[in-house]
Amino acid sequence: MSEELLKLEKLAVFHGSFQALWDVSLVVRSREIVALIGANTSGKSTLLDTISGFLHPSKGTIEFQGKDISGMDPFKIVDIGITQVPEGRRIFPDLNVLENLILGSYNRRARGEREKNLERVYTLFPLLKSRKNQQARTLSGGEQQMMVIGRGLMSSPKLMLLDEMSLGLAPVVLGELYKALREIRERGITILFVEQNVRQSLQEAERAYVMESGRVVLGGDVAELREEEKIRKAYFGV
Amino acid sequence: MIDLISTIIMGFLLGGLYALIALGLSLVFGVMRLINVAHGDIVVLGSYLGYAAMTILGMDPILSLFFGIPLMFALGLGIQKFFLNRAFKVSMEAPLIIAFGLSIILQNIYQIIWSPMSRGLTTSYALKSFNIGEIYFPLVYILDFSIALVVMIFLREFLRRSYMGRAINAASQDRKAAQLMGINTDRVFAFTFAIAMALAGVAGICFGLTFPFVPTSGMSFLIIAFGVIVLGGLGSILGTFIGGIVFGLTQTLGSYFFGVNAQLLVAYLMVLVVLSIRPQGIFGRQG
Repeated sequence: MSEELLKLEKLAVFHGSFQALWDVSLVVRSREIVALIGANTSGKSTLLDTISGFLHPSKGTIEFQGKDISGMDPFKIVDIGITQVPEGRRIFPDLNVLENLILGSYNRRARGEREKNLERVYTLFPLLKSRKNQQARTLSGGEQQMMVIGRGLMSSPKLMLLDEMSLGLAPVVLGELYKALREIRERGITILFVEQNVRQSLQEAERAYVMESGRVVLGGDVAELREEEKIRKAYFGV
Repeated sequence: MIDLISTIIMGFLLGGLYALIALGLSLVFGVMRLINVAHGDIVVLGSYLGYAAMTILGMDPILSLFFGIPLMFALGLGIQKFFLNRAFKVSMEAPLIIAFGLSIILQNIYQIIWSPMSRGLTTSYALKSFNIGEIYFPLVYILDFSIALVVMIFLREFLRRSYMGRAINAASQDRKAAQLMGINTDRVFAFTFAIAMALAGVAGICFGLTFPFVPTSGMSFLIIAFGVIVLGGLGSILGTFIGGIVFGLTQTLGSYFFGVNAQLLVAYLMVLVVLSIRPQGIFGRQG
C-alpha cells in the first residue's frame, strides 16, 4: 500500500453558524484516483474548499504529506502542491488561453517549470495549443474545462482536486476528459474528484467516498461499493 | 474658426489629465470593488507634496516625482495593509467608511499645514506656450498629456507582462479563481492600492502645474474621475483614456458654446446621456 498523501481526520466545518461538515475522515493515497460522490448540497464542494484553505475546520486535522495544513491560506495550499479545478470552471474570461494557463504557474515553485509544464499541457490537450491566442470566453464548455485542468497542471501539483467537471458537458467530451485524468495520474499526480454522476464515478475511480448531508457515510474500493445495497438503491434503483 | 480648433485641442489635451486623475480610482474599483472616496484627496496629496518639494527643497515638481512616487507607493501599501485589508475582513462597507475618514483627515491636514489659501506649482515652464501657426496652447497642457500617455502605456504593459500585473488582472476578474492560482489576494490588493496612490501622485503634480489647488480640491477631482469612469467604462485603461478625452472635450466645447459657467454642467449632462444609452460606458464590458 502506497503512502497516504492526504488525510482528513474528524473534520467539523462551519459556514457561519451552520455546520456544513460533520466528523469527516478520509484518506487519499499517492497516485490514486478517488471519487467523492453524493447529491447536491451533501458537502462535497465544501470539503474541497476546506482542503483548499477557503474554509478552516473548527475541529479535526488536514494532513498533507504528513504535515498539518488545516490553518493555511489558499495561496499557500497551492504552493505546497494542491491545486483545485473549481466547479463552474472559473476561467479568466477576458484573457486568452495561454494567459489563463500562465496564471496557473503563478506560485514560485511552478514558475521555473513553466515551459516544461506548458509543453505537457499541450501534449495532453493539443487543442489548447492551436487555440492559445483565443479569448477564453469564446471557448466551448468542454474546451474551457480542458483549459482549467491544464491551468491546474501548470502549478506543478502533487494532488489535483476536481469539482463537478461533468456539469453541462456531452458524454463524448466527458470521456475524453476522463481519459486525460488517467494520463495525468500516469505522470504521478494524485486525483480526488467530486461528481454527482455515480455510475461514471465508480467506473473512473479506484476508490470512492459517499457523502450525505455533510457526513461521509460510505467509503471503499469501487468494486465493493457497487455491491453496497445503499448505493444500489439510491443511485441505480435496483 | 481658429478659436474652435484651439478649443478642441485644449479639450483633448485636458482629457489626458482627467484620465490620469481617474486612473487610480478605476484601478482600485476594478480590482477591489472599493469606491475609494479619498481618491481625490490623495491626488491633492500629490500636489501638496510637489509644493513642499518646491518651496522647501527648491526642487522641480516633475523631478520631485522620483521621490514622490516611491513615497506615495509606500503610503499606499501601509494604508492597505493596516487599514483596508483588515476592514475588508469585517464587511464590504467598512473599507468605504475608512476611505471617508481618510478623506476628511487628509483635507484637515492640508488646511493645518498649508492653510486654506490657493496654491500652485508655479514653474518657469508653467506659463510658456506653444504654437502651431496661429493656434497657441500652454506648454503644460502638452506636458500633462504626454505624461498621462506614458503612464498609461507603462501601466498597461505592467498589467500584461509582469506576474504581479497578471495577478492584479486575475483578481479583478475572479477573486476566488485568483486564489486558486496561488495568488495572495491581500498582497495583490496592497500593491493595487499602492499603484493607485502612485498614479494619484503623478496626477496631483500634473494638476498642480496646470491649475491652482486648495485643501478641498479633492472633491472636484473625485467627481471628475467618476465622470470619466462612467464615460469610459470601468476596467479598461483605454476606456479611461477615451473617457477622459470625451470629458475634456465636452467641458471645453461646453464652455465655448454656452459660456464658462456652463462647462461642467455640459460635461455632466454628457455623462447622463452616455449613462442612459450605454450604462456600461463607451468601452465598458457588458454586465
